Amino acid sequence: MSDRSTIADAFADGPAFIPYLAAGDPSYEASLEYVEALDRGGADIIELGLPFSEPIAEGPTIQEAIVRALEGGMTPERFFEFVEDLEVEASLVCMTYYNLIYQYGTGEEGPRPFVERAAAVGIEGFVVPDLPAEEADPLRAACDEFGLDLIFIVAPTTRGERLERMMDRVSGYVYVQARLGTTGARDDVSDQTGATLERLAGYDVPKAVGFGIKTGDHAERIVAAGADGIIVGSALIDIVADGHASGAAVEETAAALETRARELVDGAARGAAADGNVPEPEQP
Amino acid sequence: MTDPTQTTKPGRTDRPDGSFGRFGGQYVPEALMPALEELEDAYGRYVLENEDGFMDEFRARLADFGGRPIPLQRADRLSERYDREVYLKREDLLHGGAHKLNNALGQVLLAKYMGKERIIAETGAGQHGTATAMAAAHLDMPCEIYMGRTDVNRQRPNVFRMRINGADVNPVDAGRGTLKEAISETMRDWSRTVEHTHYVIGSIVGPHPFPAMVRDFHAVISEEAREQCLDRLGDLPDAVVACAGGGSNTMGAFHHFIPDEDVSLLAVEAGGSSLEVDEAAGVAPNSATLSTGDEGVLHGARTTLLQDSHGQIMESHSVSAGLDYAGVGPELAHLVETGRVTPVNVGDRVALEGFHRLSTEEGIIPALETAHAFGYLHEVCAEDGAIDDDPLGETIVVNVSGRGDKDLETVIEKTAEMGLEAAPDMSVFDGGLR
Repeated sequence: MSDRSTIADAFADGPAFIPYLAAGDPSYEASLEYVEALDRGGADIIELGLPFSEPIAEGPTIQEAIVRALEGGMTPERFFEFVEDLEVEASLVCMTYYNLIYQYGTGEEGPRPFVERAAAVGIEGFVVPDLPAEEADPLRAACDEFGLDLIFIVAPTTRGERLERMMDRVSGYVYVQARLGTTGARDDVSDQTGATLERLAGYDVPKAVGFGIKTGDHAERIVAAGADGIIVGSALIDIVADGHASGAAVEETAAALETRARELVDGAARGAAADGNVPEPEQP
Repeated sequence: MTDPTQTTKPGRTDRPDGSFGRFGGQYVPEALMPALEELEDAYGRYVLENEDGFMDEFRARLADFGGRPIPLQRADRLSERYDREVYLKREDLLHGGAHKLNNALGQVLLAKYMGKERIIAETGAGQHGTATAMAAAHLDMPCEIYMGRTDVNRQRPNVFRMRINGADVNPVDAGRGTLKEAISETMRDWSRTVEHTHYVIGSIVGPHPFPAMVRDFHAVISEEAREQCLDRLGDLPDAVVACAGGGSNTMGAFHHFIPDEDVSLLAVEAGGSSLEVDEAAGVAPNSATLSTGDEGVLHGARTTLLQDSHGQIMESHSVSAGLDYAGVGPELAHLVETGRVTPVNVGDRVALEGFHRLSTEEGIIPALETAHAFGYLHEVCAEDGAIDDDPLGETIVVNVSGRGDKDLETVIEKTAEMGLEAAPDMSVFDGGLR
């Protein structure tokens, strides 16, 4: 277990808010503004997506964001420049698929050149949705060498030995997948989440819950159920996509993102105040 | 020297962890890992150990429902034309008109033994989709097929067949709308429904145990062909030729010949319109993965891929929807790396000429995928053939992986477009068929 990055600190003062955006969606410049707006809105950690052409773990919302980002010219090298250009307080985690990590550099050194470059621009950790613990040792070794965290996704189906194997290799936080399926905003909160959090209760690593969180109320209930952080992607990308489709000004979309970020941060804080008790759903 | 009368053990190249040399593995979202473990367990018990008589039932159904064993036929006209002995393994005669039923029936039956309640599958040319829809109807399982929009449009007869067998067909609009996108979308469905659904993957691709398991279901092709050669010819052939996209008919046709080192194994890929790559557009106008690709990770496996310098997957191309894929099975990538299998390729035009030659001279209309193998045969064996290198020898088995009914619209259109010499005059049909 590594705790050399500052990622674990993000969980020290109450629940962490962890937004996700695809870097370069819909353009390099606009995307910089959007990420910085989320930082102003209270992000503790930001998961930045480096778009891959075959995102098998993503639902339609993030797939479309990835298409927009790729069409806008995003590449691994542009991504690193993007990170250098960002002015944010939050810790930065790179979320991408293994082929892009693997192909960076000469192709003979495995994931090391990518991790080295990521560390140099200030990335502090990775989430790689198509890299289960069984295949992760080369990336784990490179992360250890450069002091980065490797975050694993725990699914509702993850149990027993597989969970142990993952917990042996995880650092920073675990990404608790709230429900089966692909990413995407939902209108309800899954009861699979509580069961997964219970299985993880004995492990001394922050648990951040993602997949389907959309509103401050969701955030409140998830944190009250025992989460140490909330990960929100598709609900924010919906705002980016709407702004792009309607031709709204970048500042307008950025302001909407910042507002939603504050709503989610407030919801998470209410959940923490509930002290582990799941509040009753609000009456209309 | 291999003794050809000795029955060899199957040429398994996979290690217990499912890797083939440095290829293979399980690069999938965490949610799918328990399903892969469950499938590994079922594969080991039912397929490898014949628990509960699974393989006996599979073989019996392949015979009664599928029509196996499938003949090995001498191609008289081609043999005469090339002054060699050309034999055809007639997988086009398997129920459904392609080799695909071997695997589809095996996996749907396995899903039943595993207690799964629903079948999903991807399809490119529609051959795997139709085979899965048939097998699902035969075994009374609900079935949904994902198919790229481009492929839905160019393989309509197969869409109708799937619907008529009672399967739902979901068109996929992402990307260029071909096999790659269909696989990604089927994996997404599976990650939602994994607890009660089995994903019948259609080739020797994907995470372990799919590549090994799909190969084992198709290995009956080479098991029969090898015995038929020994019975008929008293000897093994000099070469086995099969087309290769993902590689399922290829590995099926090769598997039992792998230990026979004197038998050359030729995998014929789609050269498309060109082997040149347009990096800026992210397009490879071919699907010659084994010939031109390099190592990477796609759809659950480390294998050989068509990708740009950043690792983004290229859009592939072939006149044949079934070969139109930017990846290839990890076992085939491994066998090419070790030199046991030789990758070759021919383009759209040569494949179309092969299509017409087999149709007019032998009375067999092959699938456009299969036609690539006959295009290659001609380029090597004909006096005016373009390929000087001759790895084929005197006795050649070509795997006729499927029949071409599904391709007739494409063939008529492309034949007119290219003005092919080998083709019958199609001009009378201009404007009348579409």
